[in-house]
Amino acid sequence: MTTRREFLKTGLAGGLLLNVAACARPSENGGRTVVLSALIPVMLAGALPAEGAGRPELIVRTLDGVERAIGGLAPATQKEIGELFDLLAFPLTRMLAAGIWSPWPEATPAAIGNFLESWRHSRFDLLKSGYAALHDLIFGAWYARPDTWAAIGYPGPPKVE
Amino acid sequence: MRDPFREGLAAGWKHVDASQLAVELTIEADVVIVGSGAGGGVTAEILAAAGLKIVIVEEGPLRTSSDFNMREAEAYPDLYQESAARKTADKAINILQGRCVGGSTTVNWTSSFRTPPRTLQWWQSAWGLKRLGVDAMAPWFAAMEQRLHVGLWPIPPNENNAALARGATQLGIPVAVIPRNVKMCWNLGYCGMGCPTNAKQSMLVTTLPAALTKGATLISRLRAESFEFSGNKAVALSALAMKPDGIHPSGIKVNLRARHFVLAGGAINSPALLLRSKAADPHGLLGKRTFLHPTLISSGLFDKPVRAYAGAPQSVYSDHFLDNVAVDGPLGFKLEVPPLHPVLFSTTLQGWGEAHARLMREFANSQTILALVRDGFHPESRGGQVRLRDDGSPLLDYPLNETYWEAARRALLTMAEIQFAAGARWVTPVHESATGYNSWAEAKRGLAELPLAPLRCRVVSAHVMGGCAMADTPQRGVVDDEGRHFQIENLSVHDGSVFPTSIGANPQLSIYGLVARNASLLAAALTGKAKPAIL
Repeated sequence: MTTRREFLKTGLAGGLLLNVAACARPSENGGRTVVLSALIPVMLAGALPAEGAGRPELIVRTLDGVERAIGGLAPATQKEIGELFDLLAFPLTRMLAAGIWSPWPEATPAAIGNFLESWRHSRFDLLKSGYAALHDLIFGAWYARPDTWAAIGYPGPPKVE
Repeated sequence: MRDPFREGLAAGWKHVDASQLAVELTIEADVVIVGSGAGGGVTAEILAAAGLKIVIVEEGPLRTSSDFNMREAEAYPDLYQESAARKTADKAINILQGRCVGGSTTVNWTSSFRTPPRTLQWWQSAWGLKRLGVDAMAPWFAAMEQRLHVGLWPIPPNENNAALARGATQLGIPVAVIPRNVKMCWNLGYCGMGCPTNAKQSMLVTTLPAALTKGATLISRLRAESFEFSGNKAVALSALAMKPDGIHPSGIKVNLRARHFVLAGGAINSPALLLRSKAADPHGLLGKRTFLHPTLISSGLFDKPVRAYAGAPQSVYSDHFLDNVAVDGPLGFKLEVPPLHPVLFSTTLQGWGEAHARLMREFANSQTILALVRDGFHPESRGGQVRLRDDGSPLLDYPLNETYWEAARRALLTMAEIQFAAGARWVTPVHESATGYNSWAEAKRGLAELPLAPLRCRVVSAHVMGGCAMADTPQRGVVDDEGRHFQIENLSVHDGSVFPTSIGANPQLSIYGLVARNASLLAAALTGKAKPAIL
């Protein structure tokens, strides 16, 4: 498939990993929720309240926002995003490509942070663009919500009568 | 607040939301126009005024001022191509393009520049477009400036723009005020999410209402899929109704027949439609030489609030680094600023976790400059290429080469120097390895060493041009200077895809002016009436 090859310009190593992940494709979205639930608190550290009853609810709302954002992308892009999360969700490729050795819910913030930095500064374009997709989806979902605006001094849109 | 478009619909304008169709349709018209943005809107008004029966096909939804609630969460998925996340094939460039009735004119930031004289002169000398001289084009720009109420912005700039003016002036770099296509503008700052007060003179409040009043039909949520050709003529356009989600076809087809077809889907979708249709392309030019003004971003922090979300988004610019270099030499750039809103800013800004949160907490004190690089003139600046994915959707390859990065480094240096001169206490390029600088001296050292590469240095675009280039001969262009396709006799291209290079300025007025000329010529050709006196 052209799209898969495009996403995998990294060459052989990346291609092998994705093929492994695709063969072991987890149930639709099942893997994505687990991965995002682990990634969101780390990506949003400093923005998400560190503790308190509201925190799990905010993570869920961010997750919903990410799902909505993915739903608004072109089908070909949605497919690529699906491949990205397959890669992260399947244990073997999670370990090899992301360096996350424990299942996502047990991964420490430090391990997840190392994963984000390793992809962000990777020499492979595929991994850099994977990091960028996670970054844009999670921050976009967070700052789209009016309840996040007070913390950044944004008054929201003016009233037009 | 009045909503003149809804009033027009109530008064009997013909609009079909194709997502609501339950049965297949066949529609006949004199002219079918694909796309309702700058090119499609102007064409519709002029052809409808000539008495022709017009159908306008738009893939995006019809949204009007009552819908424009200034929320990014709704505006981006609703009004932009691919939820404002359209990207080049390697994901290195994010592209903002409208996809709604009015196209990009519904969501642009209103900057209205004539095609720079040096660009027109280059087209004359390098592309054989002898008839598109500065003097010949001037009346068309003047006519569209009047039609769309283009005028120098009379209100003082917001602090985001004022900082560009202050810093540049401090350094002896001349700046100027931006002409905007607005009427009784409230100076809100939300042009990018659709104008809630109908002040912006987009196609949604000008040419499209004029065409609809003359009896034109608008069909929204209808994707032009492919042309059917017979010999050297297009006989029909096959189109797919979209579901209300705007993403998936509903399964209902619409078949459009016309004497003449005008393609105005923008510089990615227009060449893609011709590629899907396997249109004649004997010289292999279709979809090639697509330009973006690939844009660099520099963000600074100020002690005082900047509030870059409020006030006219773009009111100050500098062409100093375009005007004082050879047009085909090392790439020049135009300096402007973008409006900042939480989603656009947070997704563009580098980093994650506490580092990102810290920058976001200073959102209101952030000032950002853009450098729009003029591509398509230097022999090594050949732009990108539109091709098709397996599912027929368009994909733009745009390699960023050393010629580009050399200009990018100069641009990042220039923007940082201006921001420090304007009073910034901290400046960073939007770049994954940059941690920011506390002084111009520090920035100068740091930026000289910064590795510049795709997906490390953030590059964005809101100006897509080229792919169906006009030229004097079929050997080097897809259409002639009137937008007429060289091989398909009843097909014209009326959008930014006809530009043989980038414009070197925000392109909307370049499209309006050229299309006003070409639609007038087309109207004369189709009706047998006299050409406009202006020609």
